[in-house]
Amino acid sequence: MSQIKAAPKEISRPPKSFDVGSWLVPIIAVLVAMTLAAILIKLQGSNPITAYKSLFKTAFGSAAGIGATLGKSTPLVLSGLAVAVGLRAGLFNIGAQGQLLSGALAAAWAGVSFHGLPGFIHIPIALIIGAFFGSIVAGISGYLKAYRGVHEVITTIMLNSIVMGVADYLASHPLREPDQFLTRTSEIQPSAKMPVYAHLPLGFFIAVALAAVIWWILGRTTSGFRIETVGRNRHAAWYAGISVKRTVISAMLASGAIAGLGGAVETLGITYRYAPAFNLGLGFDGITIALLGRVHPLGIIPGAILIGGMRAGAANMQFDSGVAPELVDLLMALILLLVTAPLITRFFKGNSNKAMTSGWGN
Amino acid sequence: MTKRNGYFLFVALATAYFYSKDGDVTSSVYATGAAFALPLALAAMVGIMCERTGIVNIGIEGTMLLSAFVAFFVSSLTKNIMIGLICAIFTGAMMGLILAVMAVAWRMDQIIAGTIINILATGLTSFLYVQGRTIPSVFQAIEVPVLSKIPFFGPVLFIHGPLTFFGIFIILALYVAIYHTSWGLRSRAVGEHPSSADTAGVSVVRLRYINVTIAGAIGALAGSYLSLELVGSFERGFTAGKGFTALALMIFGRWNPLGALGAALFFGLAQAYSNQLMIDQVVNIPTQFTAILPYVMTIVVLTISAGKVRPPAAEGQPYEKGQA
Amino acid sequence: MMSALLEVTGVTKRYPGVVANDNVSLTVNAGEVVALLGENGAGKSTLLKAVFGLIKPDSGEIKIGGTPIVFGDTAGVISRGVGMVHQHFQLVPVMTVAENLILGAEPKRGIFINKKAAYDEIIALSKRYGLEVDPDAVIEDLPVGMQQRVEILKALRKDVKLLILDEPTAVLTPQEIDELLIVIRNLAKSGVGIVLITHKLHEVMAVADRVVVLRGGKLVGTTSPKETDEAGLAQMMVGRSVVLQVNRTEAKRGGVVLEVKGLEVRDDRKIMSVKGVDLQLHKGEILGVAGVEGNGQRELVEAICGMRHREAGEVLINGVATKDMHPHAVHEAGISHIPEDREKHGLVANYTIADNLVLNQFDQEPFAKGWIRDLNEIAKNAIATVEKFDIRTPSAFNTAGSLSGGNKQKVVVARELSEELPVLVAAQPTRGVDVGSIEFIHNQLISARDKGAAVLLVSAELDEILSLSDRIAVMSDGKIVAIVESKDADRNYIGRLMAGLKE
Repeated sequence: MSQIKAAPKEISRPPKSFDVGSWLVPIIAVLVAMTLAAILIKLQGSNPITAYKSLFKTAFGSAAGIGATLGKSTPLVLSGLAVAVGLRAGLFNIGAQGQLLSGALAAAWAGVSFHGLPGFIHIPIALIIGAFFGSIVAGISGYLKAYRGVHEVITTIMLNSIVMGVADYLASHPLREPDQFLTRTSEIQPSAKMPVYAHLPLGFFIAVALAAVIWWILGRTTSGFRIETVGRNRHAAWYAGISVKRTVISAMLASGAIAGLGGAVETLGITYRYAPAFNLGLGFDGITIALLGRVHPLGIIPGAILIGGMRAGAANMQFDSGVAPELVDLLMALILLLVTAPLITRFFKGNSNKAMTSGWGN
Repeated sequence: MTKRNGYFLFVALATAYFYSKDGDVTSSVYATGAAFALPLALAAMVGIMCERTGIVNIGIEGTMLLSAFVAFFVSSLTKNIMIGLICAIFTGAMMGLILAVMAVAWRMDQIIAGTIINILATGLTSFLYVQGRTIPSVFQAIEVPVLSKIPFFGPVLFIHGPLTFFGIFIILALYVAIYHTSWGLRSRAVGEHPSSADTAGVSVVRLRYINVTIAGAIGALAGSYLSLELVGSFERGFTAGKGFTALALMIFGRWNPLGALGAALFFGLAQAYSNQLMIDQVVNIPTQFTAILPYVMTIVVLTISAGKVRPPAAEGQPYEKGQA
Repeated sequence: MMSALLEVTGVTKRYPGVVANDNVSLTVNAGEVVALLGENGAGKSTLLKAVFGLIKPDSGEIKIGGTPIVFGDTAGVISRGVGMVHQHFQLVPVMTVAENLILGAEPKRGIFINKKAAYDEIIALSKRYGLEVDPDAVIEDLPVGMQQRVEILKALRKDVKLLILDEPTAVLTPQEIDELLIVIRNLAKSGVGIVLITHKLHEVMAVADRVVVLRGGKLVGTTSPKETDEAGLAQMMVGRSVVLQVNRTEAKRGGVVLEVKGLEVRDDRKIMSVKGVDLQLHKGEILGVAGVEGNGQRELVEAICGMRHREAGEVLINGVATKDMHPHAVHEAGISHIPEDREKHGLVANYTIADNLVLNQFDQEPFAKGWIRDLNEIAKNAIATVEKFDIRTPSAFNTAGSLSGGNKQKVVVARELSEELPVLVAAQPTRGVDVGSIEFIHNQLISARDKGAAVLLVSAELDEILSLSDRIAVMSDGKIVAIVESKDADRNYIGRLMAGLKE
């Protein structure tokens, strides 16, 4: 007869989601990727040990360094979270970059344009505005997917470029810093700058808190159930009374809002203005971080810190060892390749009921 | 009058009108349009070859990017563009093979697999990029004797570089192969209903590997064309989304090589026209907006065709032997 | 002495948790029709896959014409004259008959396919066996019986010596079945060896020379129609006297609960497949809809349950019209549904059994209070239900995907019965389910009826309909052609109606 265990706390997840063994995979992937990259560095004529040492020392070796790391990690946590939320619904939001950019620009505008507001009002307003614009961009892809069956992979990537172009235009004409030749907005008001406590940026804690909230929503609420179900079997979801169209759009809106928030945090907390090309490639990072963290809202955080640290230390690494900062991009690509081979086969087994590889023309 | 005939008629009339206004400019716009169209068409062929066999290939962009890079940099190192071309084609085939391994052997979700290819390509090209290199020359245009002297059609169709002619040949060959050879029949069967092919004795796995790898080589041709024939240089982000546009064209062309070619020509022509309008200052739009035009058009093309077209039935699904 | 066409000796194949084939042996000679009999899950498909080299047995040997086969070399097996007609047709729907038939061995001219030669070859082949087909017809536009012909021709094309037919009659009308049995006898007369895989007892009795019975992976016996009868075969198949009639009391029929008026529905290919159906379903009865698959039953069920658009007509529950294309609203209105495709509509494979059990009530009390789900209540429900329905699983929190077919179906049945809604629509409820679970599900349907539910049972298994229904409706070509009380039902009469004959 059946032996039924007492109900564990996490009954809405398959039992194996917390076995330590499977969390080894990302760690091994990172180590192997670093080794492979080290070989490439050697071939280029530089010293990989020096490079890595410099990279990590800058990132984690001092309070200021950690602060910079967390600062760079924040938009990574948020874009990873954005991609993860999309993936949970079976959607491939590669547009986190564009959504992030629009959030960054919108927040910059909000940061510049509102005068005389106290910090604790100005900052949340700017953040919300950033999130809002991010969700609009994602919402376009979501709508096209839900109502026209257009696959979001292409629309989100196209929108990335479209947003970049539009943002570039806006930052060089209407929103440009007056009397400057550079394409960028003015610096935001002091009231909009996000505070830093002993080197630790507020934005990071907001991101972590948001990750925890998302985790709770996915696991414990009916909205989260809708998203998860649509992502796993949209036919059964429809049959269960879940509006697949609405869930797809909601998931994309949420995903875009999170990415937009990431951009807003970057503007209000680090750059204090919008200048193009400051966060190229952050959107693709979201995918790597989401998959590295096994698409788990909390699992994303360590990966984001690692990558953020590497980015924080990249400039110094170039200075100390001559290795280009783009090494980090290469590392991320390798990590992604390594982490997906065994991992993804288990999580995303090729299954025609899933929303992901479908929607091509149906 | 069907819709399609209507389009052709419209285009033909418009062309005749413009030609009568200014023959040289019209010819050059159309020739430019053809040149823009070729890499898109070839990239669409990559998509068609893969999807017809049941594999969704999102990594066309990455394949083109890395191949363009290899083509350019090997050429500049060896001072020989043929060697660059050959290395690039090899690179493309390798990327196709990697995608095949991920999709067929590892049964990975194919969208993720393609994305990995793209990210890998972006990462590698960013990291290895060196400024300031040059290649000895581009592939020079060839003038086909006699035919190239025909007014209008001559410059548009018969004066192109060798890669262009080769590309056109591949497109036509692919069309014939898909619909009139054993290989084509078997590939289509594999993409529509793999277990039928399997029980008929066709090796689903082998065909997928072969097709995706060859497709990768074709993608490399498209990328090499960009850096060695059309433009003669390379930059980060060089391919600018062409690999994704190609997917939209493939869908719009209903997975038919000639259909995709037609869509690509239309697309290329639209771009060439808009460039010309910019140069003539007929319309005054900020450069950023013309730059994003192809991306917007891609979305529009996709939106029009999605939901009305029928992809190969088995695409995107890994095949398990012994499945009924 | 001529070696046997097929010789299977001591084949064993194990999968995790189950022995699919346990020391099975079987011989087929030229000109013989051997029936391979067994219920769902007895090991027939596994044996077949082994013969074709699609799976590798853990032990034992398979010889064709005296020579052992090589695992993985399906082409080799085929080239030695073994052909198969599959249960799920191995045809490419969008291609033509000709393209399907030549696939894998295309006549060529240079590198191009020789279309004329292909055409000639197909016409010659179809004439030779008396199976007329149109080479240019597209498979998905053909009726099922015709598609099966193409499937058979595909096997015959390769000069087949041994033809294996896997459940060929599942989708045929009784008349088409008779025609097929004649074709089989003729093929045997011409020297072809035939293996007929089936669980239909009267086909076996009609056409087999020998009968081999599998049960639970083991060979339980060989016999022949001369030596036994249907009851005897049934007993060998399930190991005990099978109750071919389910015990049930007289129905206590109440008022009309579900009414279908003038329903018209299109299928996936936009062809009208339900052509004006009227039905009344009463409280406390089981109305069985009999019919060969493909006559509109699936579309009828989907339209009633709000899963397919109604072109015309209404569905009323207690006089109130239901919404079109809205399964949840229809559910709320009082219809529970055991879907035909449980993997697609009924379950989420990588959710736990617990979550699947509350799948369509996830946002209702007690499983959710407003926005927040009550995981404790879900757990309590899961534990109780697994117990009550005897769902075989180590834990109520394993994934639904880890269950066997029968247990998956039990999860769906348990969920749909749990709310005790006025109407229950059960579509092919015991397909792919083991015998023990079939009995269980049948009893659940009857007890739902006894509690006052109005049950609409749609099944391609005539026996199931006959044993469970209080009234029987016959569906043919998109219409209900007759409704009879089950005590007045005559099997032959119904068979003729199913085939479209009027009386």
